Amino acid sequence: MGRLTLQQKLAILSDAAKYDASCASSGTTRRDSRSGGIGSAGGTGICHAYTPDGRCISLLKILMTNFCIYDCAYCINRVSSNVERARFSPEEVVTLTLEFYRRNMIEGLFLSSGIIRSPDQTMGDMVRIARMLRVDHGFKGYIHLKTIPDAAPDLVAEAGLYADRLSVNIELPQDASLRHLAPEKRPETIRATMADVRLKREAAKDRSHTGRRPPRFAPAGQSTQMIVGADQATDRDILKTSANLYSGYRLKRVYYSAFSPIPDASAALPLIKPPLMREHRLYQADWLMRFYGFEADEIGAAHPSGNLDLAIDPKLAWALANRAHFPVNVARASREMLLRVPGFGTRTVARILSARRNGPVRYGDLLRMGAIMSKAQPFVTLPDWSPGALTDSAGLRARFAPPPEQLSLF
Amino acid sequence: MIRVTLPRFARFEAWRAAARDLASARIPPGGVIWADPDMPSDLFGAEPLPRRGPHQVRATQDFLQLARQVASHSDPERWSLLYAALMRAQTDRRFLSNPADPMLDRLSRMAKSVRRDIHKMHAFVRFHELPSDGPRRRFAAWFEPEHLILEAGTPFFARRFADMDWLIATPEGVARFTGGAIDYAPPEPRPHLPDDHSHDLWQTYFANIFNPARIKTQAMRSEMPLKYWKNLPETRLIPDMLADAPRRVQAMREAGASTAPAFAPKVTARIRQPISEASPATLADAGTQAARCTRCELCHAATQTVWGEGAPDAFLMIVGEAPGDHEDLQGRPFVGPAGQLLRKTMAETGLDSERIWLTNAVKHFRFTPRGRRRLHQSPDGSHIQHCRWWLDLERRLIAPRLTLALGATAAYALTGSRKPLTPRRGRIERGLDGGPVLITWHPSLILRLPSDRARTALAEFRADLGLAANHIA
Repeated sequence: MGRLTLQQKLAILSDAAKYDASCASSGTTRRDSRSGGIGSAGGTGICHAYTPDGRCISLLKILMTNFCIYDCAYCINRVSSNVERARFSPEEVVTLTLEFYRRNMIEGLFLSSGIIRSPDQTMGDMVRIARMLRVDHGFKGYIHLKTIPDAAPDLVAEAGLYADRLSVNIELPQDASLRHLAPEKRPETIRATMADVRLKREAAKDRSHTGRRPPRFAPAGQSTQMIVGADQATDRDILKTSANLYSGYRLKRVYYSAFSPIPDASAALPLIKPPLMREHRLYQADWLMRFYGFEADEIGAAHPSGNLDLAIDPKLAWALANRAHFPVNVARASREMLLRVPGFGTRTVARILSARRNGPVRYGDLLRMGAIMSKAQPFVTLPDWSPGALTDSAGLRARFAPPPEQLSLF
Repeated sequence: MIRVTLPRFARFEAWRAAARDLASARIPPGGVIWADPDMPSDLFGAEPLPRRGPHQVRATQDFLQLARQVASHSDPERWSLLYAALMRAQTDRRFLSNPADPMLDRLSRMAKSVRRDIHKMHAFVRFHELPSDGPRRRFAAWFEPEHLILEAGTPFFARRFADMDWLIATPEGVARFTGGAIDYAPPEPRPHLPDDHSHDLWQTYFANIFNPARIKTQAMRSEMPLKYWKNLPETRLIPDMLADAPRRVQAMREAGASTAPAFAPKVTARIRQPISEASPATLADAGTQAARCTRCELCHAATQTVWGEGAPDAFLMIVGEAPGDHEDLQGRPFVGPAGQLLRKTMAETGLDSERIWLTNAVKHFRFTPRGRRRLHQSPDGSHIQHCRWWLDLERRLIAPRLTLALGATAAYALTGSRKPLTPRRGRIERGLDGGPVLITWHPSLILRLPSDRARTALAEFRADLGLAANHIA
């Protein structure tokens, strides 16, 4: 094998990184290059492109190397895979990041890596790249670093000084699956790393006795990813795990990644068609937990199987299973209850609350304010609308569910 | 009819000044024609702008912000709409806070469309590097937005790319950033953009970050609308990527599972740490084993095992209920509020924490998530049963002269008795393993009690700790 060109390495190491769903670039400290350096950050995230797999490109998402000593069955880079290997030098990562950045192709870098030699060695190299970008080049853009569990705490501490976001992947929704499919990883050390990041973030917010603020630590917070469909966990299990992670480690996001076939697959896992609709429903359920006041168990309990209804969205499924709460009188209902009406988003609810201070809110007003009335109809009463028997009618679900279609095999 | 011609740039400020004068004279919206610089003049006999009238003109900050955004919209009617809204707001301010109002709704939609277009400009401008003979690198881009957003959209690039010179050419005009300031100029022919090697690398990245097993073109089309594609070189790859995807997926399926290279098992054998089945001989070994305990289900939700800490040859062992939120995150016992009360009282009663073993009856945190918080739950009988294995091990390896049980859970774990605590507090009972167990309150109880009862309980707690100190002295 001859030496690989930069282009060949980029092809290998972006291909190796594409199974990580995260691409957020929002919510960090506001900064720009007017006082030196290059780049800016801190506003809303920007997606610079989209690929036909439905994922956005906000960051240059690459692995430092896809050499790896771990053997995680779901991963294309596991030691037992025959995939072509490559390794970027730190200078190459820095150059790619800065040159793409200057052409306005990316918001920054999302750097991950296979484990080479040891967790400390790997984390140390990643931190070095982040330090080069921040310190040597004055890079003000966004940096997301994957945290290697079991890496030394002082490396994580340094990573947090340069990175906007840190993440460590929980990988699978249940400990037993992780122990089985990723025997070198340990769920308790993954969680301990998340706890450590949370504590370091909180410590960085406290002023010292001199009133001086310590340097910001991972200002855009931490996130994680779970693979969906590689084990037997139900959606209810998955959402419970998410609720534990959100409450325990103050995660900004849990990403759900439909298990996807990989070249050079392991015999331990079947090559399935990625459950994209399930992934989509889980994101919707996750949103309900974070912005609509739902608890994991409420959403998971809507269907006896413990899985989300793939044909209708989880809020509608909850409403159909809890019709005693409906119809809701839009003129008087609390914000909490309005948020539970299918077809009303958080913005619609905010608009309803300010509109109803100005007078009665009618059907046409709701349409204008962004409510999806085809969904909301059976669940609301308005001065000019009453659902009558519709709310409790037996055929209500059928109105929303698409007609069944022949499942295609793969 | 009054005709107001607005300039090519700084339009909003010009509209604002003219609208203020017109509104102060209460000129009705129908009496004004707003013209852009490219519109043919003298369509109607144009009256000049009247002198400022007697009426005061008010506009809220929110309205001005909305108007500034609407001013970038490509709809030629935007100026008269804004003026009509300004006039209406002079007598009816409430409509501006009513999302159900049709006029506000229309303006809000226009503003939203402008904001989206600006956001897409920030996303989809692609710079090409130009040759430079000075110290600053030079870049140029051609972009075709939907609205007239050159002035509203380009300050972003000035903040982001302050150390390079750049120009963004659009059909509306050209923004040039040289040496730290932006200049705006009327439209020019589309600039020649030389080949740039980084664009080839970008296409390599775009093609390889794509996962052919997931096809979801709807998200791509809604977020990267077709109207922008012609200036995004990477979109030329999309048809081939899509066409080739089924073949790639089929190939993965046919290839099936691969055969691992021979070195793989040797690599993993070197780093895997099998769980030892042997009974641990030292406290350190026991702690290592306990870190991977899965005897009960608590380990799945809790962060980590919270093993005891202190002196391996301690005379006194203090046993609490279970780790709480803080202990779970830090992986150390008695570091939360109750633990701090315990440590403070220990110091006051002359108990040296260096010579004591601090631990819990159950080694994992039990909780229910509620939004962003974790509500503490007491462990139940089965958790205590499973975890007694570790507690017994600690007691065997440390063999303390006295054990202090904090609260009912610890008392039950150590003595096997669930009898009420009040009559037992302050007394020494015989533990399940025969050793003496002094029973006292759990410090978290003291923190929860109302202040008068808390004072009493704290005094009793302190007395019990004093008793323990005497016992081991």
